[in-house]
Amino acid sequence: MHLPEHIDFRANVQSVAPHIPRSVRQATTRFLGTRQAVVDVLGNERWQALRQAGHAIRLHTLNYLDDYLTRLEEQVVAAGGIVHWARDAAEARRIVLDVMRARGVRRAVKAKSMATEEIGLNHALQENGISVLETDLGEFIIQLAGVGPSHIIVPAVHLTKEDIADLFTRKLGVSAPADPLQLCAIARTRLREEFLAADVGISGANFMVAETGTLVIVTNEGNGRMCTTLPPLHIAVVGIDKVVPDLNALNVLLKLLPRSATGQKMSAYTSFITGPRRTPQEGGPQELHLVLLDNGRTRILSDPLLRQTLLCIRCGVCLNVCPVYNHVGGHAYGFVYSGPIGAMLSTQLLGVRAAAALPFASSLCGACAEYCPVQIPIPEILLRLRRRVVEGDHSENAVAPLTLRASARVGALALRLPWLYAIGTQILAFLQKPWQREGWLTRLPPPLQRWTMVRPLPAFGANFRAWFRHRANVTK
Amino acid sequence: MSVTVNLFLTCLGENFFSDTLKDMVRVLERLGVRCEMPDGQTCCGQPFYNSGFHDSARLPARQFIQVFSQTQGYIVAPSGSCVDFVRHHYPELFPAGTPEHARVQDIVARTYEFSEFLVHVLNVTDVGAYFPHKVTYHASCHLLRGLGLRQEPKQLLRAVKGLELVPLNEEETCCGFGGVFSVIYPEVSRAMMEAKVNNIVASGAEYIVASDPGCLMNIAGGLQKIGSPIRALHLISVLAAQ
Repeated sequence: MHLPEHIDFRANVQSVAPHIPRSVRQATTRFLGTRQAVVDVLGNERWQALRQAGHAIRLHTLNYLDDYLTRLEEQVVAAGGIVHWARDAAEARRIVLDVMRARGVRRAVKAKSMATEEIGLNHALQENGISVLETDLGEFIIQLAGVGPSHIIVPAVHLTKEDIADLFTRKLGVSAPADPLQLCAIARTRLREEFLAADVGISGANFMVAETGTLVIVTNEGNGRMCTTLPPLHIAVVGIDKVVPDLNALNVLLKLLPRSATGQKMSAYTSFITGPRRTPQEGGPQELHLVLLDNGRTRILSDPLLRQTLLCIRCGVCLNVCPVYNHVGGHAYGFVYSGPIGAMLSTQLLGVRAAAALPFASSLCGACAEYCPVQIPIPEILLRLRRRVVEGDHSENAVAPLTLRASARVGALALRLPWLYAIGTQILAFLQKPWQREGWLTRLPPPLQRWTMVRPLPAFGANFRAWFRHRANVTK
Repeated sequence: MSVTVNLFLTCLGENFFSDTLKDMVRVLERLGVRCEMPDGQTCCGQPFYNSGFHDSARLPARQFIQVFSQTQGYIVAPSGSCVDFVRHHYPELFPAGTPEHARVQDIVARTYEFSEFLVHVLNVTDVGAYFPHKVTYHASCHLLRGLGLRQEPKQLLRAVKGLELVPLNEEETCCGFGGVFSVIYPEVSRAMMEAKVNNIVASGAEYIVASDPGCLMNIAGGLQKIGSPIRALHLISVLAAQ
């Protein structure tokens, strides 16, 4: 896996194909519409109470994460599973590879999992001679296309049915019409053989229940169940933030997740996996391995505000409602997580040296926080990460150039001097004259040309104070 | 007893919307409010804070605190964004234990956005305005989500005689201003602005009304660029019309 060394959000945006925002918006608008319908059924008051409960449950779990993870490990082991702890992506990949090598695995099938995207597992498996096939339809498509997910729950959202038909024709050697049902049937035929032949099924999990040692997988395709029951070996790679205390807590989160994600009361499949099969007569895998992935998460926990990044239950509604995401799509964010959650999470996972651009990829409109089912204060977190970029903090050094920081300081100092500010407003009004056309400034020198390249700027015209003083004198 | 309002001009308001500020004085005085203009005010510091310069933001913020802590009565701004910043970020920039904290608490308790002040402090929705035009309304993000003012500006608009308020598709979607965002990512800002402008044009309105100088600069510029006859106006200027 080659982690991005430097994400240039602006350059990525500039290369977004014009059809992508249309495809993205089509899907996100549909999801938001169905979401609103199911929220309306509950009524806003109950929905807000659920969000509050979801927030409290998630925050409590993070505050006692060590306890719940220990409990989870005990219960998974008691159910016959094997638990591994992975400090980082490399260790997680090594663990998975070791388990597979020891069992002579050649062919793997995968259910949709952002954690395995995060650690670049597919690449590592293929490098080691293990074939791996994504079985979630969206993931299957992007695997064929050779790109990462452009949405955390709809990985191929940027592609149209025509794009997909073309892709299938080229890569699968079949004649594929641009018809969703037929495309689905083509994928299904291909996948069915693989499920039966696979030596291992790999999955993530939406939740892990500490009380019972249960992995919970929320999906709309049968592939998740096939991957975790048909092959003799099941390996789940899950971020440590996905633990929930008990089934009661899970119940609240299962009300929030599908409603926020796809506007469903319940997804088509909600699978509960507690250990491998107990007797040879039972169905299911002989072995179940759970890889608990840290990969920077405990570092995020150390700050009370930033910790709330990990409240996320990966519903994707912050992407759906984000005007920035809707105009640029997921790939512009340069890593597997996109949209507001990507701006928060990627920046912290990759560090500001690589991801300084991301906390600024938001107009701070706050729509994400309004919709977030677990009430993550997303704009506040982005503001804090912007500070990390330009001023540095306890966790990382600043990456903004010294000259920029110095000029901000000078500007801030100047605003401490009201006389200078007053002169400044007059000087600007004077300096603008060569550029001014009927009350507008249509072309300005850098850095303001980045404003005027988009739309003209109203002319500077500070005359209120003089007006107010004159008026006060007259009325006296 | 007469109510006193200390005008919190805001730097964008002062430099680009002098007429709005004059209208603000006219509307307030019409409602029997005495207006004061505290000298020495510059900028609340939000542009620095939102750019990540939290330390530097304290400098203009201190200026604001110094100026407004010497006033009495309400502090009212023609901007939801600036009020949101003072109300929600000053207490964080100057937490308990800092010399400014007590003054910040005093200021926060007295600071209001214009429509909030009218509807919730003066309990007025009909200011006696007359504006015989077709108007649509854009909900500014920080006014809406930062201050929770979803209905107030529209209540004020609905009470204006002669005014026809027509719906705006995606009324609550950001216009793409976002302060520093608009110059860091101009292409994204452009896409968002164009979507907003297209919705405004489709609304059939003669005027687009918003309550934040930032959004107005962006939207007015976008309309100007395409040569649209639709004019962007601050809510205050509609309320001042007679």
